[in-house]
Amino acid sequence: MENEQHDPSRVETPPLPVPDASFPSPGRTTLTEIIVVTSGKGGVGKTTTSASLAVGLARRGKKVAVIDFDVGLRNLDLIMGCERRVVYDFVNVIHEECTLKQALIKDKRYDSLYVLAASQTRDKDALSKEGVEKVLKELTDEGFDYVICDSPAGIEKGASLAMYFADRAVVVVNPEVSSVRDSDRILGLLSSKTRRAELGNGPVEQHLLLTRYNPDRVAVGDMMGVDDVKEILGIEVIGVIPESPGVLSASNAGVPVILDDTSPAGQAYEDAVARLAGETRPMRFLDAQKKGFLARLFGS
Amino acid sequence: MGILDFFRSRPKNTASVAKERLRIIVAQERAQQGRPDYLPLLRREILEVIRKYVNVDPDAIDIHVEKDGDSEVLELSVALPEQRTAGTEKAGEAATPSEA
Repeated sequence: MENEQHDPSRVETPPLPVPDASFPSPGRTTLTEIIVVTSGKGGVGKTTTSASLAVGLARRGKKVAVIDFDVGLRNLDLIMGCERRVVYDFVNVIHEECTLKQALIKDKRYDSLYVLAASQTRDKDALSKEGVEKVLKELTDEGFDYVICDSPAGIEKGASLAMYFADRAVVVVNPEVSSVRDSDRILGLLSSKTRRAELGNGPVEQHLLLTRYNPDRVAVGDMMGVDDVKEILGIEVIGVIPESPGVLSASNAGVPVILDDTSPAGQAYEDAVARLAGETRPMRFLDAQKKGFLARLFGS
Repeated sequence: MGILDFFRSRPKNTASVAKERLRIIVAQERAQQGRPDYLPLLRREILEVIRKYVNVDPDAIDIHVEKDGDSEVLELSVALPEQRTAGTEKAGEAATPSEA
């Protein structure tokens, strides 16, 4: 049996938060916060996470831009469901072949949410530090509250540019050895190869987001638990997304999974967004489903 | 899980094995992160020079960079073979001003 739980006692949806004065924290309402979603390893859920965080923040009334840094292999447009509306992309803006306004794709669901697609045709060298800085500056001037940078896998140019200007980082990690090791490498880069590190402007705020978490396997000792990963990497966990069929259904449909209130993954992303915004919420979906004696005896 | 699994004892938890392996490799890689990139090459070249005069073991050279306040200390120790009773001898020690 999959991990999707439809037991009503487990899937209580939190009331959708109304934007309040405490968010963002007083004093930084006019600032733009740049958040990189990164991991080192591929296939751990960076784009799924970027899309859900962006939607979650926009749903709270924030003005959000989400940028795909994976030049040559763009996918954020598909996950966001706007792939047929891409006319201009990030590289076009950097090379001044169009304006930023022309390239920003307005989300059909939330007025304050915009997508900037990666170029599918150019190579990764099409991005430059100056070009990225110019785009981020323009977004800041336009009054965006958040810019989410969806990093490509690896530690090459696209990934290093995605993290370079970040104020905060969400490091997506699967509870699995290669992903955890790569995340540690990325954490090292975040504390040395970013503008904040170079200018001595204080560290990039780092958060861990565990994805594809399977509480049943953790319970029997087949998968590292959230505390194990936290202990190895030594940074705070902002969310744990359970493995859930809802994630694939959402990407099939081009609707970020956070909008699926019935899916545990969607609810867990909503919790993560709330924590990103400074709220305190208990972690959900960490416990294995209790199986009855007969279910264990005869399999399920 | 079927009726047989229910009575079969489980093998050692793989998660704890994973955690232990990661703990070691992550600590090792973090220790290497601050090190200058040229150390392995420097080590090899020094070894070649020393081998012109003394036939030392490839593992006989140990290089460390340590932070000492504002300056970094490059510590190099070479173990010379036999003859002398003491195996290890400090062949050189150089202090360089901070490069950062």
